[in-house]
Amino acid sequence: MNLLGKLSWSAIPFEQPIIMFASSLMILGIGSVLLWVTLKGYWPYLWREWLTSVDHKRIGVMYIVLALLMLLRGFTDAMMMRSQQAVAAGGAQGYLPPEHFDQIFSAHGTIMIFFMAMPFVIGLMNFAVPLQLGVRDVAFPTLNSVSLWLTASGILLTNISLVIGEFAKTGWVAYPPLSEPQFSPSVGVDYYLWALQISGIGTLMTGINFVTTILKMRAPGMGYMRMPVFCWTALAANLLIVAAFPVLTATFAMLLLDRYLGFHFFSVDAGGNPMMYVNLFWVWGHPEVYILILPAFGVFSEVISTFSAKPLFGYRSIVAATMAICVLSFVVWLHHFFTMGASAEVNGFFGVMTMIIAVPTGVKVFNWLFTMWGGRIRFTVPILWSLGFMVTFVIGGMTGVLMAVPPADFQVHNSVFLVAHFHNVIIGGVVFGVMAGYNYWFPKAFGFMLEERWGKTSFWCWLIGFYLAFMPLYALGLMGMTRRMQHYDDLTWQPWLLAAAAGAVVILAGIACQIVQLIVSIRARAQHLDVTGDPWNGRTLEWSTPSPPPPWNYAVLPHVTEKDDYWGRKNTAHTKTTQAREYEPIEMPKNTATGFVNAFFAVMIGFALIWHIWWMVILGALGAFVTILVFAFRKKEETEIPAERLAQFDRAHQAEVAL
Amino acid sequence: MSVAMAIHGGQPETLIIESEAGPAPKRIVVTYGFWIFLLSDIVMFSALFASYAVLVRATAGGPGGAQLFNQVRVAIETGCLLASSYTCGMMSLAIGSRRRLVTYLFAAITFALGATFLALEINEFAGMVARGATPQRSAFLSAFFALVGCHGLHVTAGLVWLTVMMALVATRGFRPTVERRLLCFSLFWHTLDIIWVGIFTVVYLMGILP
Repeated sequence: MNLLGKLSWSAIPFEQPIIMFASSLMILGIGSVLLWVTLKGYWPYLWREWLTSVDHKRIGVMYIVLALLMLLRGFTDAMMMRSQQAVAAGGAQGYLPPEHFDQIFSAHGTIMIFFMAMPFVIGLMNFAVPLQLGVRDVAFPTLNSVSLWLTASGILLTNISLVIGEFAKTGWVAYPPLSEPQFSPSVGVDYYLWALQISGIGTLMTGINFVTTILKMRAPGMGYMRMPVFCWTALAANLLIVAAFPVLTATFAMLLLDRYLGFHFFSVDAGGNPMMYVNLFWVWGHPEVYILILPAFGVFSEVISTFSAKPLFGYRSIVAATMAICVLSFVVWLHHFFTMGASAEVNGFFGVMTMIIAVPTGVKVFNWLFTMWGGRIRFTVPILWSLGFMVTFVIGGMTGVLMAVPPADFQVHNSVFLVAHFHNVIIGGVVFGVMAGYNYWFPKAFGFMLEERWGKTSFWCWLIGFYLAFMPLYALGLMGMTRRMQHYDDLTWQPWLLAAAAGAVVILAGIACQIVQLIVSIRARAQHLDVTGDPWNGRTLEWSTPSPPPPWNYAVLPHVTEKDDYWGRKNTAHTKTTQAREYEPIEMPKNTATGFVNAFFAVMIGFALIWHIWWMVILGALGAFVTILVFAFRKKEETEIPAERLAQFDRAHQAEVAL
Repeated sequence: MSVAMAIHGGQPETLIIESEAGPAPKRIVVTYGFWIFLLSDIVMFSALFASYAVLVRATAGGPGGAQLFNQVRVAIETGCLLASSYTCGMMSLAIGSRRRLVTYLFAAITFALGATFLALEINEFAGMVARGATPQRSAFLSAFFALVGCHGLHVTAGLVWLTVMMALVATRGFRPTVERRLLCFSLFWHTLDIIWVGIFTVVYLMGILP
């Protein structure tokens, strides 16, 4: 028996110059960062303050760092696809062979959904929700760290597949029978499945953590109808995680049993049913869309209300709409495959439900419009993203409702019209939303503002680039171009695809501007310091703390008396009455390496399973078990922060604000 | 004077709305979170149940439930699991009254009943495999082994957890952390019963219908 399972030198694609170049670039990048950290002696600081941190704010920031890195990786894939399709017309084959192109579109989808959008949204929730609720941390801080590091494990495994072996060639949905062992015998699908199983467990734990936090840990007085809208949308998204992700776990487990032990869930023989996979996948997949977009709606609600200096129009209706979407998102899944061959009644039901779910979303658009109506709007970077969203998302929503009509969907099913539609809602909705959130909460996280001009340039590049890249795809879809084509014969498509490639370049410029924005802002941070903790004249509780907030967030828990409580406090007389605050010592959870060490073993188990290295699977499982035991048996769980330290910090902050 | 004021002795401001009471105590938070986890686990089982229902007739010419299931064994299995929930409840009472030896005793009985259940299940699986009714034989058997096996894995995890908890009680005593985890364990153990009732009905009872 081979000690290394299926692994051998042939797993590294030495003969493929493009992959080798990309891999060496990635390894060089990671290597130089590690070297820099080592030379500067930052390891103890990183370990103490970040890698073992259970502080929700730090964890949120780390999630967003992961998301930004994966945005670069996923976008590189996008550029490769756009450039390939721009040239591979007629007799030309382009520069990417089919087996490589297939991996690129699969990796692009997987990375962008699971490792860019999800960590970004979860990162924003991690950072903002406990602050907005007026509490000191999430319900389960250590579990939160475990979640983060399991997500990072999935990301690492996916990126290892670039160098060792290959990624799935099945598309990001990995439909059987193509993903069954007889049609995908190599490790690609296994990389996909194990990376997503591991990170999926992390996501599920996040869902449990945040549902508990929002329902059981709010500051005194923070009734449900006083919660900021972002907390409501976070609650809805996390309820969806709890209800939908276990289905994905079960589905992938079944596919893994098919692949590893020869089960017949989704095979074409012995009674297996491939369409069952498609159904189960989208029972998770459609709620997933709302897991991503609802928190983005929450960000827009906060941003629009803040920069219009008005309370959100129709708070109750936006809450009701959010919860309605939360429920309805489970009864529309079949619209992803109207062509399955279900009866007209079934297709009709799901078509109607799909049109109905557009209604609460429409309600929200009107809420945002009426919030701005008569407001004193400040055109900052976050609100630019919000305005761009409102125009773009409505277009994407309309093409979605168009495809909710089953006969119309039959015409454009699996065409690039569909590709244009879901990029229209995911870029125009989710990406614009997280970018608004990133610019909005950055000063809270780091204590200085992001530079405005580069931020605005970036927004305009993204907006224009988006339209240039995806409007041509609507036309191409109607002309009959299917998705995932490595090359095509119809030369009349090429001008459209050249335009789309140009659009991708404009988006690239937008991303470049964001990198410049970050560098410029860090360098000139002394000029953009936020000493008040309230740089935007905000409305919700997070702006009542210093920037960056201390580990304990609030020395004394705020007593909430109304919606937009901080705004209310700022605008009534009793802010002036400086009542003496009574400080009490705080118990804070101790930092722990459990999450990080567990992730190490998770990567080990995943890698060993992918390559059938069974002894390493057992070793990894033992390691993970021992790690959990060590955590379970630890003697000290919390550290106490004395009252004097809290008082001292508060006084120093007051003095700084007064200056 | 309003009714509320009358009830609360004329001091309406002492009325605290529950959703505005501030962060809940840790015991509530932990068990609530664990409830949410159990719900998610039930959702995962529901996906396996749904797959089983889709594939139950897909025997591909192989044996079906009527030929495979032994009612007597299933009855004993069910008895063991339900009895273990009772003893688990007795253990919770012992923990509540801080009686360490009684706790160990009921934990041991719970463990033994769980292990008996597991042994019977493994015996059933082995017998089926020996008769050629492997999960590779048909989609029905794939779904059967996955659904029932997943429950069996949960029981195994429960036994490991129970052992670790007893070690914690022995070394750390009834600290609040330990007590909260024991509470979570008993919730977990009862949930496995609920899922077994589903399996008993959907797989074994409906499986032998003509």
